[in-house]
Amino acid sequence: MPDLSYVRSEMLPERAPPASQVGIVGWARANLFNGIGNSILTVLSLVFLWYVLAAILPWVFAPTWSKGSLNECREVFAADGGHGAACWGVIRERWVQLMFGFYPEAERWRPVLAFGLLFVALIPVLFNMISRRMNWVLLLVVLGLAGVYLGGVLGIIVGLALLGAAAFVGFKAFTTSKEDRAAEIASGVKRLPNPLFFSALYPFIAPWLLWGGTIWMPVGAALGFVISVLAYRSLLPFVGNLAGLIIAVVAALVWWLLLTAPFAGGLHTIIPIGLEPVESRDFGGFMLSITIGVVAIACSLPIGIVLALGRQSDLLIVKALCVGFIEFIRGVPLITLLFVASTLLNIFMPPGTNFDIILRVLIMVTLFAAAYMAEVVRGGLAALPKGQYEAADALGLDYWKAQRLIIMPQALKISIPGIVSTFIGVFKDTTLVSIIGLLDPLGLTNAIRADQNWNGIVWELYGFIALMFFIFCFLMSRYSMYLERRLRTDHR
Amino acid sequence: MTTITDPKQGQFRLSMLLYDSRYRAITIQIIALIGFLTLIGWLLSNTAQNLAVLSKEPSFSFMFEPSGYDINQRLLDYDSQDTHLRASLIGLLNTLLVAAMGCVAATIIGVIIGVLRLSPNWIVSRLTAVYVEGFRNVPLLLWIVFTMAILIETLPRPSAFRKGEASMSLWDTVAMTNRGIYIPEPLFSRSLGDMHLLGASALRFDVSLDLLALLAVVIAGFLTSILIKRRADIIQEATGLRPRTWHLRLGVVMLPFLLVLTILGFHLGYPELKGFNFRGGIHLRNSLIALWVALSLYTGAFVAEIVRAGILAVSTGQTEAASALGLRPKRTMSLVVLPQALRVIIPPLISQYLNLTKNSSLAIAVGYMDITGTLGGITMNQTGRELEAVLLLMLVYLAISLTISAVMNWYNQSVTLRER
Amino acid sequence: MKKTVFLGALTVAGLAAGVSAAATLEDVKARGKLNCGVVTGLVGFGAPDANGEWQGFDVGFCRAVAAAVLGDPKAVEFVPTTGKTRFTALASGEIDMLARNTTWTLTRDVDLKFEFVGVNYYDGQGFLVTKDMGVSSAKDLDGATICIQTGTTTELNLADFFRANNISYEPVPIETNAEGQQQYLAGACDAYTTDASGLAATRASFEDPSAHVVLPEIISKEPLGPLVRHGDNEWEDIVRWTLNALISAEELGITSANIGELSAAPGSNPEVNRILGTEGNLGEMLGLDADWAKRAIMAGGNYGELFAKNIGESTPIALARGLNAQWKDGGLIYSPPFR
Repeated sequence: MPDLSYVRSEMLPERAPPASQVGIVGWARANLFNGIGNSILTVLSLVFLWYVLAAILPWVFAPTWSKGSLNECREVFAADGGHGAACWGVIRERWVQLMFGFYPEAERWRPVLAFGLLFVALIPVLFNMISRRMNWVLLLVVLGLAGVYLGGVLGIIVGLALLGAAAFVGFKAFTTSKEDRAAEIASGVKRLPNPLFFSALYPFIAPWLLWGGTIWMPVGAALGFVISVLAYRSLLPFVGNLAGLIIAVVAALVWWLLLTAPFAGGLHTIIPIGLEPVESRDFGGFMLSITIGVVAIACSLPIGIVLALGRQSDLLIVKALCVGFIEFIRGVPLITLLFVASTLLNIFMPPGTNFDIILRVLIMVTLFAAAYMAEVVRGGLAALPKGQYEAADALGLDYWKAQRLIIMPQALKISIPGIVSTFIGVFKDTTLVSIIGLLDPLGLTNAIRADQNWNGIVWELYGFIALMFFIFCFLMSRYSMYLERRLRTDHR
Repeated sequence: MTTITDPKQGQFRLSMLLYDSRYRAITIQIIALIGFLTLIGWLLSNTAQNLAVLSKEPSFSFMFEPSGYDINQRLLDYDSQDTHLRASLIGLLNTLLVAAMGCVAATIIGVIIGVLRLSPNWIVSRLTAVYVEGFRNVPLLLWIVFTMAILIETLPRPSAFRKGEASMSLWDTVAMTNRGIYIPEPLFSRSLGDMHLLGASALRFDVSLDLLALLAVVIAGFLTSILIKRRADIIQEATGLRPRTWHLRLGVVMLPFLLVLTILGFHLGYPELKGFNFRGGIHLRNSLIALWVALSLYTGAFVAEIVRAGILAVSTGQTEAASALGLRPKRTMSLVVLPQALRVIIPPLISQYLNLTKNSSLAIAVGYMDITGTLGGITMNQTGRELEAVLLLMLVYLAISLTISAVMNWYNQSVTLRER
Repeated sequence: MKKTVFLGALTVAGLAAGVSAAATLEDVKARGKLNCGVVTGLVGFGAPDANGEWQGFDVGFCRAVAAAVLGDPKAVEFVPTTGKTRFTALASGEIDMLARNTTWTLTRDVDLKFEFVGVNYYDGQGFLVTKDMGVSSAKDLDGATICIQTGTTTELNLADFFRANNISYEPVPIETNAEGQQQYLAGACDAYTTDASGLAATRASFEDPSAHVVLPEIISKEPLGPLVRHGDNEWEDIVRWTLNALISAEELGITSANIGELSAAPGSNPEVNRILGTEGNLGEMLGLDADWAKRAIMAGGNYGELFAKNIGESTPIALARGLNAQWKDGGLIYSPPFR
């Protein structure tokens, strides 16, 4: 083919795209300036951003961390040209108070430990991506750190031992691959106990850590459940399901209301193990908010499940009672319930009873959360395909067995994101307790501003509190969204 | 065969109450009822005993005694010699006012932000995300006190206007001070006066006849306008051509309205600096604005998420099908996408309205005199009638909530998909 | 599941704290702590410091009672109360006494069933305005915006005062002193009204106190005092006479400095001897021991010392004694005799 003057025999090398299509310019053209409307929006946003940042940043970066009073800050500003800026000294001086309220200084490791253990206890409930062994490693690490922190010869030895054990198990967990481990288990190697075991114990450990007192009190409370289960198991063959259940509940109530206190008191005189008791009115700051939030959610979950089942039930009176309760609580603002806690709850109780205000608030917030929790669980129940109920019936399971084995595990799993957002809501709403005079972070701002040194400070405290709340709630909402994605088991 | 498992008639044994599924339901219900009644009885007897110890007879007569305190924002006339009942009513109206204003503003904010969050513009969608997360993850109470503090600290005080350091905005018609915003008020120089209803009772109120006249004219105008539209529809169906009616319909509504305004001598009253404060105009107090803005922004963040979810819930197949049918984008939006999105949006939206109304009780933090501030605040404090006041307060909120829920249920029923 | 622990704890608390209205003294002794209701935060009168220790004039009185009854001025649980919660807290037995600048009025005494044990501070409602407003009398405040703290007698006094003088005003209700101060300083209200002591304390904390004046009108009488529940006269007597002991101590020159010396042996003044328990058995009559008053005075000093330390002229609050001087010095502070 000599006629053909030129034929390309290979591809041209790819050329770089035009500068306007790649890199930061290309990205900006594609995302910020594609079209007139968008360009205007972008410019407006940038102007807004500039305006806000220009107002806030110089205020935030003020060299006032070490100052001991507002007046000292004012001297700095005066020397600096007179424009006001943040006086961060107040945070430095009071942040411990904002965190722990009036919790005794020597005992502050307890709320921190309870908080750390909370995560360890929650992990197997909420995530199941961490292996069993890693869970125990975490627990050992938290306990070991607490031991080391507490100091003393015994504390350090125990702490180091725990940390060592954690390192050993952790090392083994890291070095064995999933397949090897599966083979080991198949060949009959003993597994570590299920970490849910610790999660079940946690509700007894945490109050003991926070409020202190004798260790026999939580042990007694836990025994109530043991007694209840034993009574149910042993009576089941003789009296049947329902009667067994009723007797089990009554047995537990009798134990808690009448026998736990003498049991704990008696054992304490024999073997006095305990922590320094802390009055709940010493709780304050974020510790108070978290305590109220966590306790309310933990207590409201079982109540909420019962209410949701009641609301779904065919039994007319039970249904009416549940609907009435749920709608009443959801129909009134939390602040009115807090008024009840602060002014009326003692009037409703037998003459002479006297709960302190924080316990009363806990009761009312629990009731409040229970109504919302009931709706969340009801949503979970409604989201279950009808086939699940029918399959349970077809297997011949009775109501409670069906609920326990088939319905609830699935419904609760679906409800976890809802439960987390209810928790976020309740946690944010704990700020309302400042209105009835409790010293949560917001309530403490008033107390702090009544200090001569910090009289007149506003933004620093609010900003700090807002930031703390944001971090906490934002992380939880992210987690809830992640969970929602993971739980979406339908095929798309 | 079934007769074998059925027990024979007349062989009723007590244990059947527990073991026979026919009776068990009744047994459980009766136990539940007895338990409930016992609980109520126990609470009531405790309360009675405790009140006897405190020697406080439960009585609502305090509601009819003079309140003795003043309220700054009152939609009806009120002074310190009026009863606590009247003060509560003023508070209730303030609650409803801020709730209504909040719902409107939250919807507007939510829709705008929800749409912008889906915008392809990176910076806009980021900014709106920051807004949504920021407001949703910080307690409302904090936002309310924050907004109040911003209003107080950044806006000029009235004395700055006197000294000329600040001036009124919008051609000298609006005064923005740190005591609130003063806007022009509508006045009628040939006013028809007011109608006083319900005499001197605690529920008395005045109705402006001017307003009534205007309302009547506007409603009549709209009715006529609808008639004109009907006629246009009929013509369109008959001939296929639609007569142009918008100018006629606009005229029917606007002209009589303007006419009545002129007859009544409508003019605006502008705020003026007199003495310590601005006088004249409508005074939107700081507390109202702070509460309103904070409630709207906070609820708006939730509404934005609802709107976004609603829009995302309509699958793109619907839009594509609509354009395949030849519908224009505008009609696709109004006939296909919106009705489906609204079905997803409206129920959670209404429950946000409910939340907003309940959250308005946080007014107490900025001294806005809503029903929590009057009945649940000063009245409760001054009379020491906690039981009665809290009970009334709860009932009022419950009534509001149940009304909103009733509307929600009614709406839900009317839009549920009729499935076969 | 936590519920159960609480139920357990609650029952224990319920059993332990079974308060019957009549035996506050025994309850306090059994508990080993005095539950004292205080303000959530008011400069000079009661506020927690950075270590969580409560300080202030009212707080000092709580400590004196705790010292008298329990022998330890630190054996006090301070229960912060708001204007709204204070009375229910006392009525329900949550607190044993309330020392939270509360005005003694007939309604509170009779209708709400409390007993005021005396007056520890004579106050009155005043107005704080900025100097550049050019106002010299409260009657010039026609049309002014006035910040008031809700939940107190102040709002009623204010309504009465303006109605009696037939002038108009715009009330701005606020929850706490800190908010009131913030609004006032920013100019969101022309005047701030509360008890004159509170105004002085607030003014003292301003950047430039001299730019603000407290108007001469005091529009109300506000005798502030500690109060207890109606119906437990023994407890009421103890709290009342602890207050009187502090007052008499100042009058008779017993201070925390010389009390050791004076109580070592009976001195020449029989009343001093009776107060300090070196003579007579006044303590036993109250159901306490002989040293009760000595401990109360040692807790924070006598009335004058408490005043000087927390709110007196050497403090930033700089309140003059005025009406609160001893009756000998022309004030109203007067204790019935110890005999």
